[in-house]
This record gives sequence, structure tokens and C-alpha cells, in this order.
Amino acid sequence: MPTHPADSASSIDSPSPVTTTTTFAGALNAGLRRAMEDDPKVVLMGEDIGRLGGVFRVTDTLQKDFGNNRVIDTPLAESGIVGTAFGMALRGYRPVCEIQFDGFVYPAFDQIVSQVAKIHYRTQGKVRAPITIRIPFGGGIGSVEHHSESPEAYFAHTAGLRVVSPSTPHDAYLMIRQAISLDDPVIFFEPKRRYWDKAEVDFAALDQDPYPLDTARICRAGEHATVVAYGGMVRTALTAAEIAAEEGHSLEVIDLRSLSPIDFDTIEASVRRTGRLIVAHEAPVFAGLGAEIAARITERCFYQLEAPVLRVGGFDIPYPPAKLERHHLPDPDRILDAVDRTLAA
Amino acid sequence: MPTTPAAAPTTAWAAPAPTIGVSTPTPRSPRGGPEGKTSYPVQLVQPDGRRVLDREHAALVADVGPDRLRRLYEDMVVVRRIDVEATALQRQGQLGLWPPLLGQEAAQIGSAHALHTDDYVFCSYREAGVAYCRGADPAQLTRLWRGAAHSCWDPAEINMTNPAIVVGAQGLHATGYAYAAHLDGAEIAVITYFGDGATSQGDIAEALGFAAAWSAPVVFFCQNNQWAISAPVRVQSATPLVRRAYGYGIPGVQVDGNDALAVLAVTRQAVERARAGGGPSYIEAITYRMGPHTTADDPTRYRAAAETEMWARRDPIDRMQRLLRREGLWDSDFEDRVRDRSDEVGARLRTATIEMPDPEPMDLFEHVYTTAHPLIDSERRQYAAYLEGAPQCLPTPPIPQAPSTRHPQ
Repeated sequence: MPTHPADSASSIDSPSPVTTTTTFAGALNAGLRRAMEDDPKVVLMGEDIGRLGGVFRVTDTLQKDFGNNRVIDTPLAESGIVGTAFGMALRGYRPVCEIQFDGFVYPAFDQIVSQVAKIHYRTQGKVRAPITIRIPFGGGIGSVEHHSESPEAYFAHTAGLRVVSPSTPHDAYLMIRQAISLDDPVIFFEPKRRYWDKAEVDFAALDQDPYPLDTARICRAGEHATVVAYGGMVRTALTAAEIAAEEGHSLEVIDLRSLSPIDFDTIEASVRRTGRLIVAHEAPVFAGLGAEIAARITERCFYQLEAPVLRVGGFDIPYPPAKLERHHLPDPDRILDAVDRTLAA
Repeated sequence: MPTTPAAAPTTAWAAPAPTIGVSTPTPRSPRGGPEGKTSYPVQLVQPDGRRVLDREHAALVADVGPDRLRRLYEDMVVVRRIDVEATALQRQGQLGLWPPLLGQEAAQIGSAHALHTDDYVFCSYREAGVAYCRGADPAQLTRLWRGAAHSCWDPAEINMTNPAIVVGAQGLHATGYAYAAHLDGAEIAVITYFGDGATSQGDIAEALGFAAAWSAPVVFFCQNNQWAISAPVRVQSATPLVRRAYGYGIPGVQVDGNDALAVLAVTRQAVERARAGGGPSYIEAITYRMGPHTTADDPTRYRAAAETEMWARRDPIDRMQRLLRREGLWDSDFEDRVRDRSDEVGARLRTATIEMPDPEPMDLFEHVYTTAHPLIDSERRQYAAYLEGAPQCLPTPPIPQAPSTRHPQ
């Protein structure tokens, strides 16, 4: 079942839709496969991505089909993965690095922030680093420490990087292809608790009519308040909107998709209609993306806002043990609590 | 400090034992190979200019005749002039900073002479000498240090990256580039320069591991100049730095880094191994940083004058001049030619530095991304208006468009 009304609409418009039932992980796999078929310079690099197919099986069968020179099982060192990918990019390759889990990206932080992000600026446009860094992120899978983090704000704060996060199998397929073909480095956050989400995807239609990578998507129209979310939190926001509708409140849900740059125009247009904004993410609220969105939308829509912009997010704590994560991760109730507060204002 | 014996053993390259077995404790020797035998840094010319009898390494430079020897000398003198000129320009307020390479000319020029045009160099920040040998225009060498840009030259023009400020990061870049070249079937060598301090960085360790696992055609060229700002090399390592290579299965060699001919010999061996598919190598060039770490440093606070004076007696340029004189290759015409060339390069660097235009304010916003970016574009517009004295006001965005028809309303 497609999560986005917009997607089901476009499927209906296609003359002869050929849809495939696929999981989020399967859609990523299809997107990676297609990117590798289209461009022989695309190589995948990471830990356990070859023979094993990745710990989440996102790269399953790709090494078998493309060989171990294009799907490279690297030594276990994240700075090494990104640093050598940077060197390969200087020679014309388009590396796609997999960081096994969000909490393991920090050893590569220097290479990402100091090298990958800055080489184009440093060389005044003479050198490009078309590198995609895939990071499964977020919680909700009951895992141990360092396996459930949301480090997107670190990267969104760094000039030179693009940061994106798909929330559906459709976008997973589309956005991974767009990220790889882009000449800017892209940090690609995959909401790991959605890897097993299924949808009917028409790959050919997505190829024909690609939705722009840096444009947000209104995935549920509404009138009373706008809820902005991304990654794993989009489905949570849509569930909240369904419940709110039963209570007579019409929520507009925006899937941000691109976290840097952020499509403020789409959010602004929505808030000018609804007058109320809630930003929901798993990451801690303090100095998170919600703060930036709140500030910008307050600048742009000060006279249209009926209530302060509210943020719903993780607490400002290290990610808690699995038995406590249901308290930490915003659920539909926490979003609905914010809805109540904004509507009461 | 390296001793300088008159004769060196025939095999200087040490490699790890080929099989894993019961190991016996190896006696600790200052420059011992992995089997515990004592080896000495490769040396072909003594400080007094006499040749060292080392047939194996002499054979690697058997083709280096009078012209090439003179060229090595000339390049070292010119590079020293570049360094002196840039240091002076910093003192005169024309440069923000300069990292002097004084004393390291033989390590840089000797190794750079072993490279082909299509080989690729990943340097640290002190390799102005290598850059000169690669063909960098002396007029570009100070661009970064003047603060006019973050880079000096177009890497594609000389197959060499720009000065890399983050210590050790370039080792991984070199390894990735070398692996990519290997995938392309290109018979090139990649060389990465780093210092003794960088050997403590994880990125150099990871690079050695990746290079060994991938058999990447990369040469790790460590200029052990004895000091990482104020930290002597013993702070970085309890063993000779070359031993770092052995644990990764990478052959390594120590060389007298103030002997351009010996550096040329071992670097030729390493780059030829790389080009032939023999994988990575590690060279520890033992040299000395005669000057400060950068022009912002004061080495009198942490090291003794006697040490610097001792190394001055091993000066790489003096040594090559003594060799040329001993072998009858020195004459006043040559001396004049070298001086003229140094003057020419020095003047070009000086004039270009002083006349270098400042970048335009709007250059701030160029090349952050390869494609248009709404945030950068809006900041560019706003700052341009600010500079033109336009009144500042809250953002007044255009009337919002209705959402695309893709979205059911």
C-alpha cells in the first residue's frame, strides 16, 4: 500500500503501471543496482556489504552481479572507507559508502566534514567529490547503544554537504539514484525501522518523472495545523493525522525529504494556510533541525502564525536502552499532544 | 640520530617474515628490521661528498649522470630560495603563515625526481619543493598562505593535491586514488608525503591497512624531520617509524633523507614496485626540520642549538655541492646558472605574492556546492544588498505558490 496519496495518484495517471511489491530495503537495492548499471564509475564500499549483502541486506546480490571491484568489502574502519572513497572520487569514481550504523559514523566525521564537504570550495570548483554516504539511522528496532542515533544535525550544519532522508520505498528508490548522480556529496539517511515497510512501486514511472531531490512533499493535505517530519517519523506523523481527523482536526503532513537544503518555501506556503506548525523528529530537540525550521518559519510567517512553532523530538539525552526507547521516540500521542497545545493557543 | 656508516648492508628493504610461526623476541635495535637484524639508513653520498659503496642502491641511480646530478643540486637550491623568500614575505607581512622546508630539500627533491608526470602526489603542507618539481608555477605557491584562497594550484595540471592541513588525512586519499588507478589498469604510482607526527594519526594507520589489503600502488613517504612542532619523534613512537609498515605486511626502508641521491634510489624502487603491481611501500626519510614548524613557531623554546648545529653539518645542499666538486662537475658557469635561476624564481614568487589581488567579497559564496543552493543563493543576495547599503529588513519572500498539482489538496 503506498504511504503517500501523491504516489498513488501518479500511479493511476501512468498509462500501464507495472508495479512491484517491494520493501524499503528492496527499493534501495533496486536503486543502487540501477545506478550501477547506468554508470560504470559507481562503486559501493563498506563493511559486510558484499558477500553478506549488508547487515540490513540493502546491497544483497550486488557483489555477485557486479563483482568485488564494484562492491567492495572494505576493512573495518569508517575513516578509511570515506577517506579512500574520496581518493577514488578524485580519480573519477562515484563511490557510495555504507556506514553500518549511525553511531559508527563518527570515526569518519573528519573525512566527511574536513575533506568531502570542503574540497569543491577549497579548489574553487576544480575538484568535485560526488560521494554518497548511506547511513541507517534512528531507533525503534530495540538495538544496543550506538545503533539508534539520529546524527543528521551534525551534517546539516556543515556547508558543502547535502543531507537527505527518504521515508517511503518510492523515495528510497528515487532518491538514492538522484543522490548518486549528483556531483555534490550527499549524506543519505535511511530510517532503519522502515526497511521492512512494503509498497507497490512502479520503478519505470519514477524514472520517467523524478520528483526533485531537494523538494519537500506534502503527503497529507490539511487545514488546521502543519506537521513537518522526515525519515522514520513521517509514518508516525501520518498516523497522528489519521487519529486527529477522527477527532475533527485536519493536519497537513509534510515529508521534508531534504534536510539540507530545506525546502522552506513548501513549509511556508503550508503554514500561511494553516497558521500552525509542529516539527517532529527523533533527534534531540536542542539545536536540532526543528530549531532551524522554527526560526526560519517564524521569520517568514510571523504575522500568519496563530501559535508558537512547536517541536516534538527525542529528549536531550544519549539514546536510551531499548527498554526505554518507546518513551524517548516521539509516537503519535506525543505529536497529538503538541497538536492539542497549538490548537489551544 | 642516524649514524652514517661508510658502507651499508646490501639489503636495506625489510619485509615481514613471509609465514606466521613461532616468533622469537627480536633484539631491540634502533633501526633494526623485523627479523631483528641491524640495518642502516640507505646512503649513497656522505656529508663530505664521498660516495658510499652500496652496489644495490647505486645501481638504481646508475643512469644519474652529471646533468641529472647538477639538476638535483639546482632544484634543491631553487627550492631553498623559494623557502627563504616565502619566509621573508611572511616576516614582511605579505603572508599570514609559511611552513618552512629548510633542511628537507633532499627528501623532497630526491623523491620528486623519481616520479613520472602521470604519477600522482598527495602531499601534506610542507611540500613546496615537491610542488616545484611537479611544475607548479612559483607564482602560485603562496596563494593559500597569503589567505587569498584555500588552495594554490589546479591539481589536475601537475597531478598533485594542494597543501593538506589536517595531518594524515591525505594518506587515505592516496590509497583510494591508487586503488582506483589499479581498477583502471593504469600503470602509475601514487605517493603520499607525511611527517613523523602524522604516523600517530589513525588515518595513516588505516591507510596502511587499506593499502596492504588492496595491494594498492601507493608509496608512503614519511619525512621524519624529528619534530612535530615541539614534540620530538620519541613522543610519537617507541620504535623506528619504518617498523609501522612491517605489521601491515608492507616493505619499508629507512634512507638518509639529506642525501638526494639515496632518496632518489629508494623512491625509484618503491614507485617501480607500485607500477609493476607489487603493492605499497613505506619510506622513512631521516631528515631534520632546520627551521620552525611554521613562521608562527619558536623552536628555541623546545630544542637545543647544538642539535640544530649538528644537523647543519649534514646539510643536503652542501653535501651535493661537495659531491659535484669532488667529481669535477662544478664550474663557475654552472654556479652562475643556478644563481640566475634562483633569482628568477625568487623574484617571480615575490612579485606575484605582493601583486596578488584579494578575492572579491562575493567569492565567499562561490563553489560551496556544484549546483545552485537556495540557502547560499539567498545569503549571497542579502550580503550583496547589505554591501550596497540597501536597508535591511525582515525577509519578504514572494507570495507563496500553490503546491504543485502532484499533491492532492
